[in-house]
Amino acid sequence: MRYSRKGLLALGLAATLLVLPACSKKNEPAGGGATEVEVFSWWSGPGEGEGLAALIEDFKKNNPNVTFTNAAVAGGSGTQARQALATRLLQGQPPDSYQLHAGKEAASDIKDGRLEDITYLYDQNGWKDKFPKGLMDNLTIDGKIYAVPVNIHRSNLLWFSPKKLTEWGIAAPPKTWSEFLTQAATLQAKGVKPISVGQTWTQMHLLENVLLGELGVPKYNGLWDGTTDWKSAEVVAALDTFKKIMAVAVVGTDDWQPTIDKVVAGTAAYNVMGDWAAGYLQGPKALKYKTDYDVVASPGTTGVYNFLSDSFTLPKNAPHKAAAEAWLKECASTTGQDLFNPKKGSVPARLDADKSKYTDYLAWALQEWQNPSTIIVGSLVHGVVANNAWKSEIEKAYGVFFTGKDSAKFGAAVSTAYGANK
Amino acid sequence: MTTTQIEAPRAAPPESPRRRTRTRRSPYLTSARYVVLFALACFFLMPVYALVVTALKDPSQVDVVKMWQLPDGLSFETFSIVWPKLKNGFVNSLILTIPASLISSMLGAMNGFVLSKWRFPGADIVFPVILFGMFIPYQAIIIPMTQTMSKLGLAGGLDGLILVHIIYGIPITTLIFRSYFAGISDELIEASKVDGAGMLRTFFFVALPIAPPAFAVSMIWQFTSAWNDFLFGLVLTRTEYWPVTIALNNVAGAQTVPFNQAMAAALLASIPTLLVYILLGRFFMRGLMAGALKG
Amino acid sequence: MSRRIRTWGPGLLLVSPSLALLLVFVYGFIGWNGLVSFTQWKGLNPTYVVEGFDNYTYLFRDETFRNDVRNLVVFTVVFMVGSLVLGFFMALLLDKGVRGETFLRSIYLFPMAISFIATGIVWRWLLNSDRDVGTTGINKLFELVGLGFLHSDWHKTPSALAIAAIALPAGWALSGYVMSLFLAGLRGIPEELREAARVDGANERRVYWYVVRPLLLPVLMSAVVILAHISLKTFDLIYAIAPLDPRTETPALYMWLTSFRGGFFARGAAIATMLFFAIALVIVPYIWYTVRAERRK
Repeated sequence: MRYSRKGLLALGLAATLLVLPACSKKNEPAGGGATEVEVFSWWSGPGEGEGLAALIEDFKKNNPNVTFTNAAVAGGSGTQARQALATRLLQGQPPDSYQLHAGKEAASDIKDGRLEDITYLYDQNGWKDKFPKGLMDNLTIDGKIYAVPVNIHRSNLLWFSPKKLTEWGIAAPPKTWSEFLTQAATLQAKGVKPISVGQTWTQMHLLENVLLGELGVPKYNGLWDGTTDWKSAEVVAALDTFKKIMAVAVVGTDDWQPTIDKVVAGTAAYNVMGDWAAGYLQGPKALKYKTDYDVVASPGTTGVYNFLSDSFTLPKNAPHKAAAEAWLKECASTTGQDLFNPKKGSVPARLDADKSKYTDYLAWALQEWQNPSTIIVGSLVHGVVANNAWKSEIEKAYGVFFTGKDSAKFGAAVSTAYGANK
Repeated sequence: MTTTQIEAPRAAPPESPRRRTRTRRSPYLTSARYVVLFALACFFLMPVYALVVTALKDPSQVDVVKMWQLPDGLSFETFSIVWPKLKNGFVNSLILTIPASLISSMLGAMNGFVLSKWRFPGADIVFPVILFGMFIPYQAIIIPMTQTMSKLGLAGGLDGLILVHIIYGIPITTLIFRSYFAGISDELIEASKVDGAGMLRTFFFVALPIAPPAFAVSMIWQFTSAWNDFLFGLVLTRTEYWPVTIALNNVAGAQTVPFNQAMAAALLASIPTLLVYILLGRFFMRGLMAGALKG
Repeated sequence: MSRRIRTWGPGLLLVSPSLALLLVFVYGFIGWNGLVSFTQWKGLNPTYVVEGFDNYTYLFRDETFRNDVRNLVVFTVVFMVGSLVLGFFMALLLDKGVRGETFLRSIYLFPMAISFIATGIVWRWLLNSDRDVGTTGINKLFELVGLGFLHSDWHKTPSALAIAAIALPAGWALSGYVMSLFLAGLRGIPEELREAARVDGANERRVYWYVVRPLLLPVLMSAVVILAHISLKTFDLIYAIAPLDPRTETPALYMWLTSFRGGFFARGAAIATMLFFAIALVIVPYIWYTVRAERRK
């Protein structure tokens, strides 16, 4: 048999191939080393990334030996992050800590057994009395606490430009949605879009606040625990109002930042968005509160705080537990929260934060949050009042509602989904 | 001559136009043809134009509305902003694609050789069974895949992803090699058998040495396919092991990212496959044609 | 007997690793996925308790799923017809040979080298539908050449055909491939056949209609099958252009969203299984026909 050079080469090639897989990157070995921490969030866009960056910087100062990996996944309100996180959790490769909304969203992960009970951290650091009780209840199941809250955001806010409103002859922002619809006629005559919305979640954000404004607090709360009938006439009427609002809206497919840009630019008059918008407008956009932009409670919700809270968790089997705990300590510290929240546009979760750091819009927000006569309700879109499964079914039903415009059908679909996903 | 055959060295390439036995065509028709072809070329290149022009503009000049305007001066600043975000993904993609294409090509060569030149009973069933794997929707296997990779401890890093690309590359590489070896005369194999060689010897010392053209096709096709994959990368890797497509989506997919960064990122992520296509396009096209089975 | 085994035994052995891998990772997984589709797996922890056809009945009654299927049909039809027509037209233009053919062909084919995600990201901006001062993308091009009235809302149109706009980037990406197929098919037709028809007095158009067309049927079939299966699988492209928009959602996207966003893995598995059967319906006859035809030669 001839042993050609080419033949031997071929043999050599085959042998090399068998060795190759060993040269590719290996998975990280699991260990408790405090040398690295990977934190998963969706804070990567303007107005959200800056706050996180400030927190990370402080963390690095306090933990110089730990490498920080910012595993942020772009997409407002976690629209893409939730899927990416699900793949990680399914792979059995959780990050060292991930962002989670307090409330029913947290409950889903807790019930699936993916989070460590961190009551011990609370005990060790004396955190239990540093956070509002209502907030803690949303992170506790069976007496065990599962996350550390960093902030409180408010969802029911109406943003506008005072200069532009005067220009268009509007005296003041609307106090009810019917007032809005009247103003809308005037605005349209001037060639201005009365309100701007963007991607689906921003539209649902508007929807939840329209429901809140039209139905009032008790009925709104009832929507989420089965006491208010989604098929009742009042809910359907509120949904019809929502349809009228959407009919005069400029509907984009962008995330929330380009959507609120339209208000700044003057092509749209109003935008309903949470107060992370303040972080964006004050920060990257460098606008001044009260002169360049202003904000009031969305129509029909004065004195109501539609809250949501971001928190960080300790997943089970986190690769670097000690470093993760250090991260959680950073998140719970007053310094950390006071560096993070002013940039983020949110109010700190801790009761003993330094009030002087919260100026402009945040001063008002903090005052509202701490005012005992303010009524606090939870947000749908941001994980407080609905668990993952039901919320995704509501989103689906909204998709059908958006194209088909059938209010009664939407109400029925949400109601059925509630029953199926309790 | 069928178009499934990768050109064995002797066959005439089908790309060359045949001699015309008819004579003149109307010059108007010819010019019209060239105009249309040119217009079509513009259609295909239009996105590239927008891409390149935007990526080369100075960030301060960038305005979505001025998408079609040429830049005032060339600036590579956008690239320098975007590259750090993609660098990790780039490296991951390289680590992923090269072993995957090598190994799946090797397996394809083995299968292709046996299925065309060293057949066994049932080969006519084995080939379709392998081939079918090329067409399945990845959605149908993604859930079991995550579970399996997780249990095998291969999820999160690049090992699992490499394995996946090897496995799902086997059908097309098998097809490429089978077509290639089928185009080779049986005499070579017969001669080897007469010499007393068994299958393995024939494979290593007769088939493989003449297989480089097919290897080129197979590896280029696999490289492109693995580089451009999205769904598997999305589901099987964690952030630091994201291939460049996932990193690209994270950078440019969010609607808030400045439009020039999105364009520059898309351009950077596409450069390797584009380079391969430009320099080695001949092989790429043969891979394309092979994937169509019968012409 | 053993000598015969010794002849083809090693061959079987050489193929067996690939075969084993594929049997597990393709067929085994598809079966596993099918099994999951009969369970009620919700959330992150798998359950394999078979409960029945509930997921399928739910999907058949689910308006979102029906919308998605309708979107998929619209997309497939527009995409396939568009690519076939354009690809064939380009092949016709190139068939007789032009100067710079190789160069032109490489331009028409280069989109195949680019990932769908990059394609989607670029085309998302090209298909921008803002008006007036915000006009950009292809609409801006229309404006610049004086065809501003052609302004389209693309996939943001309220019409049910919104997803047809996404067939544009898909066609852009795949038309060159179709062209290559038809070109190879056209050139595979022996010149003698065409010459014989011409000698018989047929003008060029009749040559194409009576000689060329019937012989292109296999090519057409190939192209249709390949385009159909790509269309059903398309995920990256839509994910990049308009991921969470009900107007452009297809079953492939729905499967992803319902599994990884909502946690309804059993339902996602059911959608995936249906996608699989839809593709198998097209591909299995095609493979069978191809292998048979080859054996006949």
